[in-house]
Amino acid sequence: MSEIQNYETPNSVSEAADILAKGDVTILAGGTDLMVQVDAGRVEYKSTLMNIRRVEGLRGISDEGDHLRVGALTTITDLLESDLIAEHGTILTEAADAFASVQIRNAGTIGGNISNASPAGDTLVPLVVLNAEVELASKPNGSIVTRTIPIKDYFTGPGKTKKEDSELLVAVIIPKPAAGFVSTFDKFGSRPALDISTVSVGLGGVLKDGALTDVRVAFGAVAPVPLKATATEAATEGKKLDEATIDAIAATAKDEVNPIDDVRATAWYRKEMIESSMKKVLRHVSK
Amino acid sequence: MSANKKMLTREINFTLNGSPVQVSVPVAENALIMLREELNLTGTKYGCGEGECGACSILMDGESVNACLMFAVDCDGREIVTVEGLAQDEVNDQLRDAFVEKGAVQCGFCSPGMMIAAKALLDKKPNANRDEIKRGLEGNICRCTGYVKIIDAVAAVSGTNQ
Repeated sequence: MSEIQNYETPNSVSEAADILAKGDVTILAGGTDLMVQVDAGRVEYKSTLMNIRRVEGLRGISDEGDHLRVGALTTITDLLESDLIAEHGTILTEAADAFASVQIRNAGTIGGNISNASPAGDTLVPLVVLNAEVELASKPNGSIVTRTIPIKDYFTGPGKTKKEDSELLVAVIIPKPAAGFVSTFDKFGSRPALDISTVSVGLGGVLKDGALTDVRVAFGAVAPVPLKATATEAATEGKKLDEATIDAIAATAKDEVNPIDDVRATAWYRKEMIESSMKKVLRHVSK
Repeated sequence: MSANKKMLTREINFTLNGSPVQVSVPVAENALIMLREELNLTGTKYGCGEGECGACSILMDGESVNACLMFAVDCDGREIVTVEGLAQDEVNDQLRDAFVEKGAVQCGFCSPGMMIAAKALLDKKPNANRDEIKRGLEGNICRCTGYVKIIDAVAAVSGTNQ
């Protein structure tokens, strides 16, 4: 194991960015993924361990007019208990409810779940459906610079994102959906608590006269990154959601994914579960 | 774990079961090791070491967390309560009596974590029904699988009939 030479506890984004600018930093937030990954030998500490848990202003959910701003240190419990999230992003409340256990929801953060970049990360599918963006801060020339990246483009592979090592994920921006927007999340694992998703499905759209428009579909754990399912979206857009249409959309979903065999399920099983789960979410929102 | 002994350390101050403590801990050590090996509070158990079983549950600023996933240095400035700290707690007196009354203990290894999880639940929802109790204990595994009696015990304290 590599040696940790410095332990830093910045109090502000500016201080954290200064530390990141020096390079070779492992960022610690809730710790629920980091501790396990280091113990399992999948991650090695860099020379600086930076605990961002005390950085001011990074925890909490605020209403910013046309969008919600969710600080990176907002815990999964905070998401689950938020009236703002329940009102504007039901799908994220549902995912927070299906997330691990009480103990892990109390410690784990939304920024950590995103930064861990697991294709099975439970907040990621909802965030794709909600057209969320991540806000990154860095200090390239002595002053803070921020940029935002749509979450659907943010992930580049398992554990990999477009965030530079010098950047800190500071917030998630969730645009408020239009009136009539409905959304739901379905996760399948072998037991309800603490299981990593075998597959997950998120669906959102504006429901009118039994049909969805502005359809957004995302799948978890069936590709190297959370997958925005454009073919399934197109198959759903504007169609009256009767049983025959739901079956056809679910068949499109099954064809759209190309999962792998792993310890949690075979590729064949995942395709079956995507089809089944897609039917379930379509029936749920069309009711 | 022994490799941690050579690691960079940091002195931290926090409140443990109502009393202030000061301790020097390796920066990547988890809170469970600190509690059990540095502070000799062995009521908090090491089960899986990866947050699946809940045997190491503690209260951090009133919320239950897995000590095995928490960096010990992150206890700095916080209020930590372990199962030993529940000895002076009124809700826990009722819980302990109910666990005995209902026979909610088999091998007893999960009991400290169950107590902490139940205490955290009842602080938030004093009248929790059986479904809420099951959700509140979802992060805790009993390998004797004595769940029904554990739920019965918590339900006796919350006074639920449902």
